[in-house]
Amino acid sequence: MKPRHWLRPALLFLLLAAGLLLGGCHRGEPLPFRLTNISGHMPDLDFKLTDDSGKAVTGADYRGKVVLLYFGYTHCPDVCPLTLAQLHVVMQRLEPLADGARILFVSVDPARDTPAIMHAYVNAFDKRAVGLVGDARSVEALSKRYRSAFTREPSSADGAYEVSHSSAIYVFDRDGRARVLATPSASQDDLVHDLHLLLDTGATP
Amino acid sequence: MKSPTLSLLLSGLLLAGGAHATDADHIRTSHAWIRVLPGALPAGAYVTLENDGEQPVALRGAGSTVYAEVMLHQSSRASGMSRMSMVDALNVPAHGKAELAPAGYHLMLMQPNAPVKPGDTVTLTLQFGDGSTLATDFIARPANALDAGDGHADHAMPAMDHGAMPHGH
Repeated sequence: MKPRHWLRPALLFLLLAAGLLLGGCHRGEPLPFRLTNISGHMPDLDFKLTDDSGKAVTGADYRGKVVLLYFGYTHCPDVCPLTLAQLHVVMQRLEPLADGARILFVSVDPARDTPAIMHAYVNAFDKRAVGLVGDARSVEALSKRYRSAFTREPSSADGAYEVSHSSAIYVFDRDGRARVLATPSASQDDLVHDLHLLLDTGATP
Repeated sequence: MKSPTLSLLLSGLLLAGGAHATDADHIRTSHAWIRVLPGALPAGAYVTLENDGEQPVALRGAGSTVYAEVMLHQSSRASGMSRMSMVDALNVPAHGKAELAPAGYHLMLMQPNAPVKPGDTVTLTLQFGDGSTLATDFIARPANALDAGDGHADHAMPAMDHGAMPHGH
């Protein structure tokens, strides 16, 4: 029965080591989100688009910021402005932490939305909102990445058309990892709560 | 052709016209506002309609001297998708009300002939099922407004107290 002597201390050591490793990776407890937790279930923020100042940007350009990703289009007079107006209220409630967050409004209407139109549009809602445009393929790639979708509806006689689009808001942490999903019917308090968790942790620049 | 039947019919119609108020006569409007978006982008108009009559009233649409086109629309959400579609009419029940409010029914205003700024008042002429109309003043509000801004209890802050965005608590 010689091995028994060292088995117990060795097991203890292993457990301790494992505990330390886990703790190191997660910086403590998992965050107690109130919204749908998508950590580990959706890919990191990644795209190649053009921002509303006309500059080419990628997902990496927003590392260090907590990102709220929302798909829509400027010829959408009802739901898109409502969602952006509500996100503006959320940002106001987060002051001064809100400077650590960005609303990324991605156009699903590449034919009509230019950087200039997007710039005027997003700035009418919140100064921390950025409008992103891209060719149909790039926007579709980003949309599909998050299992989201959009469909251009048939045009009316005067050429006007609507675009049906995913209504969800995807929230990413400062490292670009997908963390929570907010539906438009989610409570504002829950969104503020979860953003607090993400903005309070890891004071990355 | 002065047939007695015709004159009887005509006087009957006249009597009926006098006795029965039009759809518009039974409608009271409140919280009328427009969410103004930059440039010539289409805007959404919202209003609460109350019907004090014994019969339901159908809102068919609206006209405007400021916007070239006005359409009655409904936003809806199904399986995570937002969509918007045209509707023929919105029913205002007898002794009831109907709300045109964000994320639901709204009037989509297109092609303004002059810029509309927050604070402006725009008259829209609501059109009802019997052909009667009601000129209503809408207050233009900023893009990030959430309601008419008239301090009505139903529309108090915070924003997500709206019917469309129910609180989780």
